[in-house]
Amino acid sequence: MRRSLTAILLSLLAGPALAAGGGDVLIKERDWSFSGPLGTYDKAAMQRGFQAYQEVCAGCHSLDLIAFRNLADLGYNEAEIKAIAAEYDIEDGPDDDGEMFTRPGRPADRFPAPYANNQAARASNNGALPPDLSLIVKARANGANYLYSLLTSYGEAPAGTEVPDGMHYNAAYSGKMIAMPQPLYGDDVSYADGADSSAEGIAADLVQFLAWTAEPKMETRKRTGVATMLFLLVLVGFSYRAMKVIWSDVKKA
Amino acid sequence: MSAKQFSNPVVRWIDHRLPVFSFLDHELHEYPTPKNLNYFWNFGSLAGITLVIMIVTGIVLAMSYTPHVDHAFDSVERIMRDVNHGWLLRYIHMNGASFFFIVVYIHIFRGLYYGSYKAPRELLWMLGVVILLLMMATAFMGYVLPWGQMSFWGATVITNLFSAIPLVGDSIVTLLWGGFSVDNPTLNRFFALHYLMPFLIAGVVILHIIALHRFGSNNPIGIDASGPQDTVPFHPYYTIKDFFGLSVFLSLFAAAVFFFPNFMGHPDNYIPADPMQTPAHIVPEWYFLPFYAILRAVPDKLGGVLAMFGAIAVLFVLPWLDRSPVRSARFRPAFKIFFWLFAIDCVVLGYLGGQPAEGIYVVLSRVATVWYFLHFLVFLPLLSVFETPRPLPQSISSPVLGGGAALAGAAANAAKEKV
Repeated sequence: MRRSLTAILLSLLAGPALAAGGGDVLIKERDWSFSGPLGTYDKAAMQRGFQAYQEVCAGCHSLDLIAFRNLADLGYNEAEIKAIAAEYDIEDGPDDDGEMFTRPGRPADRFPAPYANNQAARASNNGALPPDLSLIVKARANGANYLYSLLTSYGEAPAGTEVPDGMHYNAAYSGKMIAMPQPLYGDDVSYADGADSSAEGIAADLVQFLAWTAEPKMETRKRTGVATMLFLLVLVGFSYRAMKVIWSDVKKA
Repeated sequence: MSAKQFSNPVVRWIDHRLPVFSFLDHELHEYPTPKNLNYFWNFGSLAGITLVIMIVTGIVLAMSYTPHVDHAFDSVERIMRDVNHGWLLRYIHMNGASFFFIVVYIHIFRGLYYGSYKAPRELLWMLGVVILLLMMATAFMGYVLPWGQMSFWGATVITNLFSAIPLVGDSIVTLLWGGFSVDNPTLNRFFALHYLMPFLIAGVVILHIIALHRFGSNNPIGIDASGPQDTVPFHPYYTIKDFFGLSVFLSLFAAAVFFFPNFMGHPDNYIPADPMQTPAHIVPEWYFLPFYAILRAVPDKLGGVLAMFGAIAVLFVLPWLDRSPVRSARFRPAFKIFFWLFAIDCVVLGYLGGQPAEGIYVVLSRVATVWYFLHFLVFLPLLSVFETPRPLPQSISSPVLGGGAALAGAAANAAKEKV
């Protein structure tokens, strides 16, 4: 009896604390080149983000929906794409002897996943499953800002907050405890173009890259949209005028 | 049907044997329509056109879609990435569902406001409710097809509702699932039914139009057209007005498709379905939220299901609940107030359906649910007894009654006759 009372009291105390932990996550808002009805991707930032993905993220996170040929959107030409693809080993087969074999990647191949399956991924990551990143920006509310905040909000837990083993404190994550260790500390990659390689700079580049992997047709969509809207607005004007002319001989009452 | 003489000899030859041209001329050209329809009467044709848009984009999408739990999600992403203009087709179809409901809900509330469900249009109204039910089933099954997290868990929650039905509930759920949980057989049959049902809708739409053309459109004044001076031929007057309405509608639709395609969706549906991981909040698409709120407002499972279906079922008998002989709310001051309270109630229910079922939200949901049913079962019957309607005009052409106003109306009529 006394034990259950204590449990109730504890849960009453813990309740608001947990609610606060889950609720008020810190999301940093940034102006992205791709937001807004006319926004476009920043190709240089996407290339840097791609480099950061390869050097920082790809060890754990797959990119299943992206093929090397898609990198043309980032501004790479055919030869460059062939060279990038060739750096990867792709499992192919079976060959005529029924054996699987590895060969260098080709533009038509998709990025190989870091783990053979989800179980292997969990086994290597303390039981947590690193999600595929292809759609991550669309699969989270306020995705671009959320991802940026997540990558840049690691830190020391406030006094009194206990961080369990294998977890990390992150002010932007729901519950503030995340299994993913801090990926960016600043200067994690060295950019050839001398761009900002602070943790914030790299995070912003990664967001550009992953916004593109989530919505590669965005620029085409918006361009088509502008033309369509212009056509429709003219149509609205003409049809309104035609309606007025046709109805001009009808008395209202 | 009058045998109209067409000038083109080929048309005349065909029409003599197969009177499709006479039929179209009668129903879409000379068809007399009240001349005082306002823009709320655009939404019927808009709903029909949206249905066509949905069927056409849906058929093309089906050519690239794979209804299998292992491939459905990826096949949708393949449409988004590799199929020529696949992103456009898919965003039109996805947003088209939302716009279809926007249009149909406005169409329904227009009918409620102007009393379009009253005699002699009861069957027209009831066929409309059948269309709404079919649309809901179609939209629900369509939302399952991309096999994202919300697809899967939405399907799980909604199909489980049927288990509340006594005796046969569990068998119905097994039948819906094609097994013992939401799985590949469920996806397969949902795809088959999602493809089938729009054609059923199209069939009921034809009946809806046949019933409409029996007595013609209601109008904002709600009195019958008393003669040719009250009507205009459908073509060109309403073809051009519907065309103008369509161009405005398409502008808004295109703005959503091209610039905010995911605004009305849920981010969780871009996460592949995972039966082992429940999302924090399972919410249906926005157009189901009022009904979802009613479902959750009732503390008993069977009661909630009955209330949710009852919320639609009550629409079937609406023509016999509101017995007032006056159709239009313009001449029913008390009804008008209750109409707007009901409209607010529906919006509030929609808001509450999107909130977690806890605390104050549950209380508010219950109040709003009770109000929803009170409106139909108590207020409308009482209003038809106790309300004193304002005097009705003599005709559409002379909408003002009595004294100098009547003279003005007569003058307008005289002016009209000169035209």
